[in-house]
Amino acid sequence: MSILTSYKRVAGLGSAKEGTHHWWMQRLTAIALVPLTIFFVVPFGSNLGAGHDAVVETYTNPWNAVIAILFIITAFYHLMMGLQVVIEDYVHGKAGVVLLIANTLLCWALAIAGVFAVVKIALGA
Amino acid sequence: MVQLTLPKNSQVKTGKTWPKPEGATNVRAFRIYRWDPDSGDNPRIDTYHVDLDDCGPMVLDALIKIKNEIDPTLTFRRSCREGICGSCAMNIDGGNTLACTYGIDEVKGDVRVYPLPHMPVVKDLIPDLTHFYAQHAAVKPWLETTTNEPQTEWRQTIEDREKLDGLYECVMCACCSTSCPSYWWNGDRYLGPAALLHAYRWIIDSRDEATGERLDDLEDPFKLYRCHTIMNCAKTCPKGLNPAKAIAEIKKKMVERTL
Repeated sequence: MSILTSYKRVAGLGSAKEGTHHWWMQRLTAIALVPLTIFFVVPFGSNLGAGHDAVVETYTNPWNAVIAILFIITAFYHLMMGLQVVIEDYVHGKAGVVLLIANTLLCWALAIAGVFAVVKIALGA
Repeated sequence: MVQLTLPKNSQVKTGKTWPKPEGATNVRAFRIYRWDPDSGDNPRIDTYHVDLDDCGPMVLDALIKIKNEIDPTLTFRRSCREGICGSCAMNIDGGNTLACTYGIDEVKGDVRVYPLPHMPVVKDLIPDLTHFYAQHAAVKPWLETTTNEPQTEWRQTIEDREKLDGLYECVMCACCSTSCPSYWWNGDRYLGPAALLHAYRWIIDSRDEATGERLDDLEDPFKLYRCHTIMNCAKTCPKGLNPAKAIAEIKKKMVERTL
């Protein structure tokens, strides 16, 4: 408990001087994901049910591989920023900090795993 | 963490049903939230019956009639009765509005009247707006200049003056902020639509010289960016203003100065 004026409560720790980059990147990635999702899903979907060789052939094509990598990076970046906002909205205090850390680490890990997988297939290792 | 249920001592019980007026043919029931801080009881819903043939057309007319003729303990704020003071903001028929400009005939069935949502209640229909007013003060709602004061007035073109239309009319009734889910969950840090509309009113004022400082003070994940364009503010504003658009314009200015 402490005695604070209402103005002091509102002022809090002052402005964080950030948020604009987050807001702008969330919109940029959203726009980028419109064509990227289409160009990623079409070759990906056409391989559903096809054998190992067909998938390898699709992703040794540099166009498909680059689109897949762009899609994975953009989608996970967008996901990370979106989940961050949801957590900030609804989970307060220590639990929120833990979730924010988990969100950042998981999204990066999954994005890099995805990129590595595409690179591995594309370079035929 | 977000609280989805009311604490036990805030759960609303059924209250008293007052008798219908004798001989009246055009009676409407008003179901009104009551809470008395001195009694220690839970909030309750009292039901009053008002003869609409002997009552003004607005919800506020009915509330005043109830207070005058049925139950003098009913407590609410009101002053101008013409939508300019913002005192009688309350939740009527599920939406935040001014009781004095909201017609009884706009409501179908019983008229449900509650205080503005998600604010501490002082008594009955009176919310505690201390924090809300402090948020208004925090955006410095006055002209800030560095240039020496002119001998006469600060001059402004007609076009620049027109940019303030749709902003200066805000009466700070708090309908918008208390209708905003982001304000409900994070009202301690998020400034809310009303304060941000006022912030924008000064950001685009051609005479104001503190535009950069104003944007600096707002650039914050919580103070500004808790707005997720839910638009409840624009939908509920009894003055027909659009705080969501003002907030969007602030966000555009934030990007504009980085590109």
